Amino acid sequence: MGNQVISRTTIGGTVEPQQAIRGGLVLRSVGKVALTATPLFAYFFLWAPILLLVLFSFNDSRSVSSWGGFTLRWYENIFAGTMGGEARFATSLMLNALGNTLLVALVSTLIATVIGTMVALSLARAPLPGKKLIDSLLYLPVVIPEITQGVSLAIFFGLVFSFIESQTGVRATPGFGSIIIGHVVFNISYVAIVVAARLANMNPRLEEAARDLGANRFQTFLRITLPLILPGVISGALLALTLSMDDLVVTFFNAGVGTTTLPMFVHGLIKTSVTPEVNALSTLMLLFSTLIVGLSLILQNRNTDRPIAR
Amino acid sequence: MAARVTSPESSRTSGILLALPALLWLGLFFLLPLLIVLVFSFLTRSQGGQVALPFTFAQYERVFDTFWVVMQRSINVAFVTTIICLIAGYPLAYFIVRRRSSFGKQFALFLVILPFWTNFLVRTYAWRVLLGREGLINSSLMGAGIITEPLELLNTEFAVMLGLVYGFLPFMVLPIYASLSRFDFRFIEAAQDLGANDWTAFWRVMLPITLPGVVAGCMLVFIPAIGTFVTSDLLGGTQGLMIGNLIHAQYSRSGNLPLGAALSVVMMLVVMAALFIYARFGREK
Repeated sequence: MGNQVISRTTIGGTVEPQQAIRGGLVLRSVGKVALTATPLFAYFFLWAPILLLVLFSFNDSRSVSSWGGFTLRWYENIFAGTMGGEARFATSLMLNALGNTLLVALVSTLIATVIGTMVALSLARAPLPGKKLIDSLLYLPVVIPEITQGVSLAIFFGLVFSFIESQTGVRATPGFGSIIIGHVVFNISYVAIVVAARLANMNPRLEEAARDLGANRFQTFLRITLPLILPGVISGALLALTLSMDDLVVTFFNAGVGTTTLPMFVHGLIKTSVTPEVNALSTLMLLFSTLIVGLSLILQNRNTDRPIAR
Repeated sequence: MAARVTSPESSRTSGILLALPALLWLGLFFLLPLLIVLVFSFLTRSQGGQVALPFTFAQYERVFDTFWVVMQRSINVAFVTTIICLIAGYPLAYFIVRRRSSFGKQFALFLVILPFWTNFLVRTYAWRVLLGREGLINSSLMGAGIITEPLELLNTEFAVMLGLVYGFLPFMVLPIYASLSRFDFRFIEAAQDLGANDWTAFWRVMLPITLPGVVAGCMLVFIPAIGTFVTSDLLGGTQGLMIGNLIHAQYSRSGNLPLGAALSVVMMLVVMAALFIYARFGREK
């Protein structure tokens, strides 16, 4: 790995004193070891906890430090209803949370993908006033800490709900609506950023050509622009879907009774207990993320196979 | 014929219409709530746990007085986390860029990206399993006879830092990787032909050119680290209490909403300061 970097140094060495050469060689061997060891250690660090978690989910012992043989019973427990005698954990609650998560993720992804793609198109193609400002606004939800977003939105909804109650007497409560609204906020940003990157690689002349050939604006969008940016839109949507399904903080502050999502459910579970069933549940979630990553990588490779005409 | 020619007027109107939903959504559900938080931070807690007048700086006084310890801890932990991620992340990104085959490069990158896409809770939970009193680390250290009593690893500042480095290392690697993959390694050869040793070539040539990636990576680690809530909630206990947990506590029924708002505002100011540094040094030239 290092030999390309160091191939020419000896030329300089002929004119330098011996001391400097020796110093350089020591430096090089230290650097070489560090440059190989650090990445290997980093990979180990990134993967060991995940692999151990998967391993212990098949461990036929409640211990999380010794191996007691292979079993699938923790997985069976998850689907059978109760977990290690804890009545709190019911399969129906988990499936309910999963359903809530999917509902929130799908709806917020759909809204954010449409709105985010629109704003990316507008920024890339239209002579818009205050473009820089809009651009910064789009990046802001990505960089403002989640906890601030979650709390501020919850405070906002608190005010709105009490205003509605004072005006109409109808008692509104946080629920799916408030969660979805919060997820759309950060998802708009991610979709817009991904789609904008795709648009930046696309030749605007293709659209001009379509217009010259008599297509109206809508036809141009549908038959030229959309097919070309579609991979970007899809990977933006997949990113939004994953972020939404994984989000705990914004959801946590804006959920109501009966709208517990899977991350909230899992958070409650792991905060109090470390059990083999939680390991099994975590492994299933890992498997799911791996599938999504695989899918998006396949899509991205398709992108590079078919470069956009320039 | 005339219908096909787009006037700048009409394309401007359609541009505004296309941008409008996003602007309205972000304005109403993102900027306005932040503004409300700013206003709340100057108010007082009422009897019922809500907010009341008069306007006061009292909350900010408490932030810089009573709670400065926690703020300081958050800044320290986020800073150290960023440095550790940088020290581990730069060689890792270099390692990936220097893979010869395209498959090797893809695979090395995939090994970093996959943990990044897996559920944050699950990854944090893995450390709860490892660091516990009966966890693998304690039991193997005791098995090896290095310690006799289990170490208190969980619910410490150390555990929070470990969890943050673990969670955010990919955020550091990816932008540095992007910078390094655009870097022309012949520059290194040129520097060495001119008599620079490896260290000088790195310090004076490679690092300055890849600095935008480094700064971007540092931002992507520092900002979520300073606002951490989940990691410190699961791994930190009271010893590893961070500003995010404090804000969360103020939001509960017995909490002090204006104080939580003031804490949020001060945290955002720190984030803004970090972003200012990014705008100054993080842009590609």
